[in-house]
Amino acid sequence: MADQKKVPISPISRRAILAGGAALGASLFLPKGLRAQDFPTDQINTTGLAVTDDTVQVGILHSISGTMSISETGSVQAEKLAIEQINAQGGVLGRKIETIQEDGASDWPTFAEKARKLLVNDKVASVMGCWTSASRKAVLPVFEQHNGMLYYPTFYEGLEESPNVIYTGQEATQQIIAGLDWVAREKGAESFYLLGSDYIWPRTSNKIARKHIEDKLGGKVVGEEYYPLGHTQFNSVINKIRLKKPDVIYAIVVGGSNVAFYKQLKAAGIDMTEEAPLLLTISVTEDEIRGIGGENIEGAYACMKYFQSLENENNQEFVAAFKEMWGDDMVIGDVTQAAYLGPWLWKAAVEKAGSFDVDKVREASPGIELASAPEGYVKIHENHHLWSKTRVGHALADGQYEVVFETADLVEPDPFPEGYQ
Amino acid sequence: MTKTSFLTRSEAVGLAILALIIFVAFPVMLDDFRLNLFGKYLSYAFVAIGLVLCWGAGGILSLGQGVFFGLGGYCMAMFLKLEASTPEATAIQSTPGIPDFMDWNQISALPIWWQPFNSFAFTLIAIFVVPAAFAFVIGYAMFRRRVSGVYFAIITQAIAAIATILIVGQQGYTGGVNGITDLRTLMGWDIRPDGAKTVLYFVNAILLFGCLVVAMAIRKSKFGRVLVAMRDAEDRVRFSGYDVASFKIFIFCVGAMMAAVGGAMFTLQVGFMSPTIVGIVPSIEMVIFCAVGGRHSLMGAVYGALLVNWAKTTFSESFPELWLFGLGALFIAVVMAFPNGLAGLFDDYIKPRLRGWRQTPATAPQPAE
Repeated sequence: MADQKKVPISPISRRAILAGGAALGASLFLPKGLRAQDFPTDQINTTGLAVTDDTVQVGILHSISGTMSISETGSVQAEKLAIEQINAQGGVLGRKIETIQEDGASDWPTFAEKARKLLVNDKVASVMGCWTSASRKAVLPVFEQHNGMLYYPTFYEGLEESPNVIYTGQEATQQIIAGLDWVAREKGAESFYLLGSDYIWPRTSNKIARKHIEDKLGGKVVGEEYYPLGHTQFNSVINKIRLKKPDVIYAIVVGGSNVAFYKQLKAAGIDMTEEAPLLLTISVTEDEIRGIGGENIEGAYACMKYFQSLENENNQEFVAAFKEMWGDDMVIGDVTQAAYLGPWLWKAAVEKAGSFDVDKVREASPGIELASAPEGYVKIHENHHLWSKTRVGHALADGQYEVVFETADLVEPDPFPEGYQ
Repeated sequence: MTKTSFLTRSEAVGLAILALIIFVAFPVMLDDFRLNLFGKYLSYAFVAIGLVLCWGAGGILSLGQGVFFGLGGYCMAMFLKLEASTPEATAIQSTPGIPDFMDWNQISALPIWWQPFNSFAFTLIAIFVVPAAFAFVIGYAMFRRRVSGVYFAIITQAIAAIATILIVGQQGYTGGVNGITDLRTLMGWDIRPDGAKTVLYFVNAILLFGCLVVAMAIRKSKFGRVLVAMRDAEDRVRFSGYDVASFKIFIFCVGAMMAAVGGAMFTLQVGFMSPTIVGIVPSIEMVIFCAVGGRHSLMGAVYGALLVNWAKTTFSESFPELWLFGLGALFIAVVMAFPNGLAGLFDDYIKPRLRGWRQTPATAPQPAE
C-alpha cells in the first residue's frame, strides 16, 4: 500500500479504506503485495499461455483503421490506461502486463484472423477487444475453439452468453427498460415513435422497447422505421413524426447517420429542449456528440450506464487520468468506460483464481466485484454480463450530459429476456 | 496460325515452381495458423485469375468481382448454416431449427429460397450457376448495348454497392451486417480444427491449379486470341464478323464462376461470410491483387494475391498504427515502377538473365487504358 500516491486510480476506493479493516478484508482489491515469486509460473499457467516470471501478455483487438476507428479508439485508450495503472501497482500476480495490439481494420474477416493470431501464435492470456456485434460474432468461434477470454465493451443486443466472453457493456434490456419506465413515469409519455439504423442491435432493442411499451407501460407505438447504416436523408421520417405527434421519439441511429438526423430534426423546427416530442436515445454517447455538435442535440435524453459527468470520486479520478494520458480535449463515452473495466475485471478474476488459466479465470469470474469502477460498483453475473446501474442523461449544449436519473439498484443483466422475444 | 503446344516450356516450369511453393514449401515452412492464412489468401487468387482473363486478356475491367466472390461464399455459408442450425443446437430460439439471425429478426419459418441449400449437391451447383447467371444478366444488359471501358467499371462498382446494401438491408434473410457466422461442420466433418484447415488448404490449392489450367487453356485457344484482339481493336473484330458481345459475356461469366469458387473456399476456411467482402472496397482490392501480380499474367495473379495479402497481414501485425501507409506505398510503387506488376518485373529484369530461356510470345501491345 506504500507507493500508491502516484497511481491515479487507487484499486481501493477511499470509501473502502474509511470503512475500515473489515471492509478491506472483504475487498478483492486488497493489494496483498503480490510478488511474482509467490506464484511459480508453472503453477499459475498450466496451459502454455504467454506468461513468464515477470510478464504476462494481453491482446488488444480493435479497429484503428477504417470506418469504425473513430468509435474504437476510445476503447483502446481506456484499455491502455487501465493496463498502465495495473502495471504501476505491480501488475497481475506480480507480473507486468505487456500488450500486443492488433488492428481489426473495421473488417470482420480481419478480426477473425487477428483473434486467431493472438490466441494461437501469441498465446495471450486474455483479449480486450471488438466493438461492433459483427466483429464479435466473427471472433466468437475462434475464442470458443481456442479457449480464449474476450472482454467486450459495447452495449449490445444480448441474445448471447458465451463462456469465452465477459460483456462489460450493458445488454439491451438493462439499457432500455429503466429509461422507458423513467420517461413514462416522469414525463407521462404514452406514445412512442421508434426508429433506428437497420441492423441487429437497433432492431432487437426496438423489439424489446415495443414489448415493454405495449405490455408493461400500456402505451402505444405509433411508428417504427429503419434506415440503412450511413443513411443521411431523414426528412420523410421527420415529417411522419410531425404528423403522428408522438410523446417520445425513441432513436437508435448509429454512426455518421446521427449527424444528419439531429441536424435535420433541428432544421425542421423540432426543438428538443421543448420536449414536444421528447427525444430519447440509447445510441448517442459523448463521443457521438462531438460529431453531431452539442447545439444540435441539446435537450435530448440518453439512457445508458455511464456519463462522463458522473459525480463520484472514482469517476473524477478516471476522467482526470484519461485526460492526462490522452489529452484535455478527450471526451469519454459509455463504451470507453466499459472498456476501461475489462483489464481490471480480468486482473481481479486472475488473482481470485490464483492462476492465468482461462478455465480457472472463467470459473472465478462470476461474483467478481469492482468497487473502483468509474460508473460505481459493478459485479459479474453468472451469465458473464455486469450488474450495473442505468442512468438517464440530459444533453447540454457543451456536448456533455447532465445526469437526471439513476436506478436505485443495480440492474440484473438478462441477455435472453423472457416475454421480450 | 502456328501450332502451339498446350504449355510452353517456360509456362510448364512456372507452373511447377508455383506448385512446389504452394504444395510443398508453404505446408513445410508454415505453422497451422499461417498455413490457414495463406489458404485465405489463395482463395482471393481465384478472383485474380478471373480478372486476368476479363481485364488483362479481354479488356473488361470489373470493379464488382466481390459480388461474385460473395455469391459463391454465401451459397456455401447458407448450406453450412443450415447444417449448424439443427433443432437441438437452436433449442433456445423461439423457432428452433432455423438460423439464429432469422429468429432474431422475427422470422418463424425458413424462407423457400433457403430450403434447397439443405442439399450439398444443390449448393455445389448453385456456387457455379448463381454467379454465372447473374454475370450473364449483367453482361447481356451491358455488352449488348456496347457499354464498355470505364462505364462498365462504374456500373459494376454500383452493383457491388447495391449488393452490399441489399444484404445489409435484408438481414432477416441474409444475416445483415454480421453476415452468416458460426459455421461448424461440412456434412458432419468439423471444419474448425487445425487438421481440417490443412485439408481445406490442399483442396483449395488443387482447385486453384484446376482454375489456372482452365484459364491457360482459354488463353491458348482461338477464343483467347479473339479476346485479345477484341481488347486491342474491338471494332475490327466486330467488322470481321465476330459477335463481340457473346465473347465478352462468356469470359465475364467465367471470371464470375472462378471468383465464386474462391468465395466458397473462403467461407470454408474463414468460417463465416459477411457483406464486408462483397462491397466496393474489397472488389477494388481484388483488382489490386491482379494489378500487383500483373494483369496479363495468370500466375502473376496468384503471386499478386499472395504478396498483397501477406504484406497486409505482416504490416498490420508489425505496425498496427501505420500499416495502411506501408500498403499504400507498395501499391504506388508497383503502379509507378512496374505497371505490369510482378510479372512485368520478372519479364523485364529476370528473364533476360536466365540463359537458355526460350522466348515466349506473352502478350502483344498494351491496351490503351
